[in-house]
Amino acid sequence: MSTDARATAAVNDAGAQGAVPRTTLRSRHLISIDDLDSEEITLILDTAEAMKEIESRPIKKVPALRGKTVVNLFYEPSTRTRTSFEIAEKRLSADSLNVAATGSSVAKGETLLDTARNLEAMAPDMIVLRHAASGAPHQLARASRASVINAGDGTHEHPTQALLDGFTIRARKGRIAGLKVAIVGDLLHSRVLRSNVLLLRALGAEICVCGPPTLMPPGIEQFGVRATTRIDEAAEGADVIMMLRIQRERMQGHFVPSLREYFNVYGLTAERVERAKPDVIIMHPGPMNRGVEIASEVADGPYSVMLDQVANGVAVRMAVLYLLAGNPDDV
Amino acid sequence: MQILLKGGRVVDPAAGRDGVADVLIDGAVVANIGTDLPADGARVVPVPAGCVVCPGFIDMHVHLREPGQEHKETIATGAAAAVAGGFTGVACMPNTNPVNDQAGITESILAKANAAGQARVYPIGAVSRGSKGEQLADLAELQAAGCVAVSDDGHPVADALLMRRALEYAASFGMLVIDHCEDPSLIGGVAHEGYHATALGLRGLPAVAEELIVERDVTLSGLTGAPVHVAHMSARGSLRAVRSGKARGIKVTCEVTPHHFILTDEALQGYDTNVKMNPPLREAADRDAMLEGLADGSIDVIATDHAPHHYDEKAVEFDQAPFGITGLETAVSLSLDRLVHREVVSLSRLVELYSTNPARILGVAGGTLAPGGAADVTVLAPDAPTIVDVARMRSKGKNTPFGGWELRGCVAATIVGGQMLYVNDAVGEAAVFTSGGG
Repeated sequence: MSTDARATAAVNDAGAQGAVPRTTLRSRHLISIDDLDSEEITLILDTAEAMKEIESRPIKKVPALRGKTVVNLFYEPSTRTRTSFEIAEKRLSADSLNVAATGSSVAKGETLLDTARNLEAMAPDMIVLRHAASGAPHQLARASRASVINAGDGTHEHPTQALLDGFTIRARKGRIAGLKVAIVGDLLHSRVLRSNVLLLRALGAEICVCGPPTLMPPGIEQFGVRATTRIDEAAEGADVIMMLRIQRERMQGHFVPSLREYFNVYGLTAERVERAKPDVIIMHPGPMNRGVEIASEVADGPYSVMLDQVANGVAVRMAVLYLLAGNPDDV
Repeated sequence: MQILLKGGRVVDPAAGRDGVADVLIDGAVVANIGTDLPADGARVVPVPAGCVVCPGFIDMHVHLREPGQEHKETIATGAAAAVAGGFTGVACMPNTNPVNDQAGITESILAKANAAGQARVYPIGAVSRGSKGEQLADLAELQAAGCVAVSDDGHPVADALLMRRALEYAASFGMLVIDHCEDPSLIGGVAHEGYHATALGLRGLPAVAEELIVERDVTLSGLTGAPVHVAHMSARGSLRAVRSGKARGIKVTCEVTPHHFILTDEALQGYDTNVKMNPPLREAADRDAMLEGLADGSIDVIATDHAPHHYDEKAVEFDQAPFGITGLETAVSLSLDRLVHREVVSLSRLVELYSTNPARILGVAGGTLAPGGAADVTVLAPDAPTIVDVARMRSKGKNTPFGGWELRGCVAATIVGGQMLYVNDAVGEAAVFTSGGG
């Protein structure tokens, strides 16, 4: 057994007994929630609490990542996630820069790996990657000395979204274990679904996923979730209802007949929210389609925590950047 | 010149032979087979201990990429890879650029194969012009030029009327139709539709897309009385359809690739583009069904679907990588290890799958070692340990998921038309083949 492995085993043993909580992550990349065990997830969420405190200071900046270079490499347009990462990087004093798929060599037909090698030559410490192809961050991580953070890959995963969702749930409910969480919408095409299922299961939530049978991912039950096509059933007694976006082009693959019908059958209305627990929270990763997957009165209503999710996103991403940089000192 | 292969175990199920015998080769043909044949001036080549002499193996499903995609493979490199993999003959699919849908292209393929002087190359012509699925190609002319079968491989013959007419028409002059079975309205994915594709966020290719077309082809074969061959079968429902067709006396045959009887979609983890192929790796129940079909005789042939690609083409995102892996130089070792040594099939049955049956289904020479027949011989070293070494492969394509695999069994030598075209130095005593011994 190597020294590292022994150290990890020791930390695991200690952690299991609750004696010494984990203070570092095992992997230098964050590609999938599967890379994290429940203790590591908790470490990220706890660290995010500390980061949250920084936001309340008059000067919202700490030197934790001073001298570190972070590249935000975005192959897909994104406002929310990119901005959130960028603010997180700046608050930690990292030198960050944005490389967008348009206006760079990417548009000239360079491969992902060549782009990565060229960035690599400039020695960044971290690369935050958003890509339309599932698995792109795995390939980048294999070719890269920098830490790779997955900011959404195809229909695979969006781990920082799940972490900020977990943070938001924990902040509102005080726990995640034992909560009933309904996830409703276009399950098949959702990377948010996959990351959230892995994270919420790891932390002991009870998950019910709901969507049209045509958008039900094959084998979804093997993730340890209950699947239903009836939203009333999913909403019944729920502590959390998480809505997923349905894209307008889903009409083309015969997935759903029309957006109007989708709203009638699967849309979250105030009436359907009534079935949930009285203190239910309603979540949406955004951007939402009002009147398609969610009624405006629900989106803007008292149960909605959507803006909390966005706010928490910065703290959670600060925590991830900080922990991956492996710098346990000064915050 | 005469060569006497002395004292090996000869396994030739078509001739009912499995025992120690000598094989006398005279020029390009087999002159005699029997025990203790006299040398009579022939060069005596003692077969190394433990080696098995078989009628030449034929891979009835390869892509040689020429004309048009010579950066992936050429007829010469593909045919050289074939002999290194123990194949004395290969049947090459017509999805080149241009498509092999005319006699002139067939003739050019044969001329290049002849010049290469490696494995025999049997061109397969296109069912439809440009493999577009719209209009029949000139099938009789393709046959006259040297095509041994027709297929639109790479694409299914989607239109049922076109398939029906192709079967009726081609059968009238004894030409086989091979179908790549896949309903085009059900595809668009990159990996088998199931748990692993879901977990990895990969678009699914459902097994039913294959099963539907296999069912259709079996039904059309029954209607027309024409034989049909199912290429690279991967799904258990397809096997069920083939079995049911065979039980009803329908002339349906099928092939399976080594990767479909060895790997499952679990191999997708890590997004290695060398596990992206079409049909995709299916789930364990499908893989197990393929092994069952090989064991019980419902599957007729092992073919590789050898699909070489350039390194650059595979070094991209999983979604964007082309489908296909190489197979010529790994198939026999994989089959010996996974089928013979694990007692799925006997050595004799393996020879049927690689030689007897493909020769019979395609209607080409070989498939048995008979006096007067071509001296196409595959010599196996079934117990020799081997490690798959991608760097040493003769194919231009290095796109295989089996690199580094440690296997038991390999090809010892390949003889085509009496010419010893491949000798595996790694097999102990194989040197006797080259030095000639006595």
